[in-house]
This record gives sequence, C-alpha cells and structure tokens, in this order.
Amino acid sequence: MTTTKAKVVYSPVFTDGAEFRIPTFKLLKQDGSLYKGAKAPELDKEKALRIYRAMVTTRILDERMLAAQRQGRLSFYMQCTGEEAAVIGSTAALDDGDMIMAQYREQGSLVYRGFTIDEFMNQLFGNELDYGKGRQMPVHYGSSKLNYMTISSPLATQIPQATGYAYGQKMAGEGHCTVTYFGEGAASEGDFHAALNMAAVHRVPVIFLCRNNGYAISTPAAEQFAADGVAPRAYGYKMDVIRVDGNDILAMHEATKAARSLAVEHNRPVLIEAMSYRLAAHSSSDDPSGYRSKDEEAVWREKDPILRMRLWLERKKWWTEDDEKQLQENMRREVLETMKRAQKRPPPALDTLVSDVYDEVPPALAEQFDKLKAHIRRHPDAYPKSAEHAKQTSKEGGLR
Amino acid sequence: MTHMNMLQAINNALDTAMAANERVLCFGEDVGVFGGVFRATSNLQQKYGKARCFNTPLVEQGIIGFANGLAAQGSVPVAEIQFADYIFPAFDQIVNESAKFRYRSGNLFNVGGLTIRAPYGGGIAGGLYHSQSPEAYFAHTPGLKIVVPRNPHQAKGLLLAAIHDQNPTLFFEPKRLYRASVGDVPDEDYRLPLGEAEVLKEGTDVTVLGWGAQMEVIEHAVEMAEKEGISCEVIDLRTILPWDVETVANSVFKTGRLVVTHEAPLTGGFAGEIAATIQERCFLYLESPIARVTGMDTPFPLVLEKEHLPNHLKVYEAIRSSVEF
Repeated sequence: MTTTKAKVVYSPVFTDGAEFRIPTFKLLKQDGSLYKGAKAPELDKEKALRIYRAMVTTRILDERMLAAQRQGRLSFYMQCTGEEAAVIGSTAALDDGDMIMAQYREQGSLVYRGFTIDEFMNQLFGNELDYGKGRQMPVHYGSSKLNYMTISSPLATQIPQATGYAYGQKMAGEGHCTVTYFGEGAASEGDFHAALNMAAVHRVPVIFLCRNNGYAISTPAAEQFAADGVAPRAYGYKMDVIRVDGNDILAMHEATKAARSLAVEHNRPVLIEAMSYRLAAHSSSDDPSGYRSKDEEAVWREKDPILRMRLWLERKKWWTEDDEKQLQENMRREVLETMKRAQKRPPPALDTLVSDVYDEVPPALAEQFDKLKAHIRRHPDAYPKSAEHAKQTSKEGGLR
Repeated sequence: MTHMNMLQAINNALDTAMAANERVLCFGEDVGVFGGVFRATSNLQQKYGKARCFNTPLVEQGIIGFANGLAAQGSVPVAEIQFADYIFPAFDQIVNESAKFRYRSGNLFNVGGLTIRAPYGGGIAGGLYHSQSPEAYFAHTPGLKIVVPRNPHQAKGLLLAAIHDQNPTLFFEPKRLYRASVGDVPDEDYRLPLGEAEVLKEGTDVTVLGWGAQMEVIEHAVEMAEKEGISCEVIDLRTILPWDVETVANSVFKTGRLVVTHEAPLTGGFAGEIAATIQERCFLYLESPIARVTGMDTPFPLVLEKEHLPNHLKVYEAIRSSVEF
C-alpha cells in the first residue's frame, strides 16, 4: 500500500506547484563584474584561460565550418554559438576522467578536453582518419581517450544510457560520474523521464544538464511545455535541481562543481537547467528567420557569454587586447590549414562498410561484401572512392 | 548433471555467470527479491546483493537505455523484459542504439556485453499481449544477435554464450516450455555456439526447420509423418540472427524439400527470409515449393488461439503436401 507522510486535508485541495519557483543562479554581470553579494569563485588563472580559449576556439570553429558548409565543402554543420559557457563551464568543473554523453551541440566540451582541430576536421570530412570511419554525419564526434561518448542522432537516447553508465561507475567505485547534455526539446522524450526516475531511485552519480536554449528547431519552449522550464520536473523525482544563467561562465562552473560533489560523494543525481539561447540556426539546414525575429536575436547577442568572460578576465588583468588578437588569428589560421589537410585525405577503406557491425563479420555479410567488390570491379568508374580497394579480393584483402 | 526445467536452467545460467564475474548484473521489472514473475531470477538478489540484482521502475525504454549505458561502461548487463510483447517501448534503444553502438563509433565504444532476456510465444492463454513472437522485427536490424532455446540444456548453454558474446544479444525464451520442458543440465559453465543451427535428426525426404517452442511441435508432426514412411531431417535454427545458412542449405541439397515453421504471423515473418535465401541457394535441387507454417496474419487471439497457432497437425500436413507435390 502506498503511504505518504504529507499532511491530510478534508476538502479537495489542488496545487500546481507554483509556490516552488526555482531561482536562477548568477555570478557575473555582462560588463564582467560580479553581482553584489556574489561570492568570487575559486578559479585560477590557468584554468580560467583554458576555459576562455576553448570558448573562443569553439566560436571560431563554428563560424569557419558554417562558412565551409555554405561554400559546399561540407554537407552539414551545427553550431554551439551562444551556449559556449553552458557547455564549457560545466565540462570544466568535471574531472577529465568523468564520462560525457552529449546530444550534438557540445563540441565545446571536446575542445576543452583537448580534441585537436585535426580530429574535428577528420570527422567533419569523414576521411580515413575519422574515428567513426566516415559512418556518421558531420558533428557526430566521439573520443574514448577523452571520455566523450560518440554522438547519436536520436534525441534523448543518451540520457538513460548516462544513468546506466554512472551506475557502472558507482559499482566500480573509482569516484567518477557521468554528465549528459540535452536540449529542452529532448527533455520531452520518454527517455528523459525514464532516466531521471531511475537515477533518483538507484542513487546514481549522474548530472543531467539541460541546455534550455529556447528552441527545438523552430518550436519555442513555450510550445514545448507549460511549466516554468524543465527544472521543476526534478521535484517529481526527488532530485536535486539548480537553474543557472547559462551565459554566465562562473555560475555554470560553480553550479556544476557543486553538483559533481553531490553526485560523486553522496550518490545524488542532479538536474541542472542552463538558461541560454541558441543564437545560430538549429543546423546548416535550418533558417530561423521563418520563426523568430532579428530583434529577439539581438537581445541575446547582447548577452554573449564569451564577451562576458573576456571582460571578467580583462578586469582581473589576465587577458589583453593583444592576447585576444593573437588567439583569434592563430585559431583562424589553424582551422583553415587543418581543413585543407583533412579535405585532401582519402575516404575510409571499403571494408569499413561491413566491419564493426558485429565484433566479427558474419559469413552472410562477408558474402555480400565479396559480391559488392566484384560489382565495383566491373564498374570502377562509378565508384571512384572505392575502386582501388575493391581490387583486393577477400583472400588478399583479408576481411574474415 | 541435474534434472531441471527450463526456468531452473535459465536461473542456473544467470547464477553461473554472476558467480564467475562480478560485473554481471541482472535487473528488470520484479526481478529483485521476488525473482521475476516467472521466477527466472529467483534467489539471485539474496545471493549477490541488491546492487547486482534489482528491480527497476516500470519503464522498458529506461531499462534498455540503462543497460546500454552499463554495457558501454564495461559492465555485463542481463536485462529482463517481462514479456516480449512489452519490448516495443525499448525498440528505439535496441534498434537505434544497441545495434549501432559499435558501428557508429568506429569501435571506440560498444555494448557487446548486453543481453536482453524476454519470454515470448503463445499457448498459455495470454491473448494479444502475452503471446507474441517479435523476432522478425529485430532480425531486420544488423548488429543484433537473436537466440531462442528449445529445452533446458540448450537454454543454459545458449544463455551463457549470449552473456559472454561480444555483441548485443536478444534471448527469447519460449515461456510455454518454461516448466513443461525438463531435462538433464550440466552443473558447470558451458556455452553452445551462437550462429550455428543444430541437426536434431537426419532424414532424406524433407527438411523441417524451426526454433524455440516450435521444436516440440515439429517433433510430434515428424512422428506422424514417419509413421507413414516419410523420412524427415529436423533442424533447430537456434540463432535467428545471424542465421546459419550453410546448415540449412546443405540439408535442402540432400532432401530437396523445406518446411519452415514459426508462431509469428506469416507476412514479414522470418520464414520468408529463410525461404528466399534457400530458393536462391538450392533452386535446382528443390522438388517442391518451400512451405511456411506460421501464425495467421491477425493479432494474437485468445479463445481461438489453438486455431491460430501452427500446431503439429498443420506442420504434418505441410510435410505431406511437400512430399506429395
């Protein structure tokens, strides 16, 4: 029988939970100064600059790669623009050994952890050095050495996986947690609810980081849920929750650091709702002018998280105009040079079409592959990417 | 050797796996202290603790999402879906996630340690939602393995193989035989090969192929046919995906005839895939059309389930028609 410790009433009393308004945690004003009463965060110069460089690098990478997509060099791209603080501020508060299970707009986490521009480019161009072997669309990065789970297009599937991954970390007892990122739109999926409920019931060290950026492609948050954001849902699962100004790098870092200790030291899962705005289009295939105004975008451009951090760094005398100029120039040059390099590299070998489906290629698939190669050998001109590979028969090429 | 039923064999396999490797975890709805609605996980929580054998909330997509994450982390999850009929909320996690984890990451990550157990099939007055055989939906998904045992000895050996296999594996258990099928089961850890069919009886006139609970049906049908002098070769496919084309084709080269039977509906059923492949391989050897004896193209009925199911009489008739064609 279900019991509750709540008090008893003798007439029907309904509640919509409106009394539980969740406040927004902020530290940094747009001019780079701290809010009155805000506690200065523990963030040393070295780490602050690592964070800032990652934010700028992410912005430049996004600008250049969108331009490359517009020039037809790339099939598809997705920008993180406007949400760099939410993503990098939280990642920077983790241990580098913690697992990240992201949605698809969190390339800033990878930049912060040291994914090189070459590694980005190899994935974007799907060349022979792409870890994903050219199998997924651009921006589906992954890195086992950086503990960054390979991106999967279906939304929210990574959220219950994060709960499971973190359960395994808890069993291993090595003091690690998992953070999973997703948008406020993905939070409508059933997987979100399953994941949070299971994490709360089983006391799993996982941080659910919702990037509430206002839009799921064209659907505004107001048409996604009736409640005051995603954060109040945590009450229903009896989970710790905090709402943070997602454009405030210091607040994001502080909140995530505190969330991590709840998760790792007390086995308490946490929901963080980062309030931000997707300044760019959903993807290179989207055009926001069809569903939102330039005026609305301009308001959020004023709240640029990168500029806000730069002003804070300058106030602390940790960053100068010259540093900025040098970083911008270096990154632009590196992005362009690596792009050219990656574009010239050959595509993955033909056998990557059938490897990794299983740990070993099953006989029926090996047979399909032999037939394909024979077909390509008969029509080499129709398959310029693989005609050379197809010359190897399975005996020589050694698939089985 | 111990004489036991299929449930006890499955329980014994889980116990064996958990004893050998502390990273093996069993979870699902009601699998904890209660031991599962069919008691397949009996005493595992008592023996290995709540952290390794536990109840989950009632959410299949969550159970499999959670299991995918655990497997990616290096644990060895054995997730139970209470009935195969209720696996569909987890379809996305299985088809888009489990099956593609290794491929999409270029083998940076995999969920090879994952095993999903689910009781399937009819004959227990379970109606629409406690009777289905959903193997064909999953057989259309490269990256998965699908295994169905026919008796206790097979159940233990195949389940242990599935747990140790480095690919995500669906293990569909014929629940009609959970207690009905009994036999001697070795006490030690043993594994039967995945991807290999087993010829249970050699014959010369017709090959009769099935898996899981249909093997018992085939046995009765073949008894009837043999009384009339028809020599039947009986094959248990055991693994639906990837399936053993060689063994089936070699048999049909010899007999020239094939009868395939499964409980799932005819249209889009896995017998269609087998028939297509075997006619391609054995075209000039075939003496009669490949016959499919299956459930009808209806939702699974209740009161008329005997009429619906491909029982031994229907299989017997198909064997005769094939031989007399």
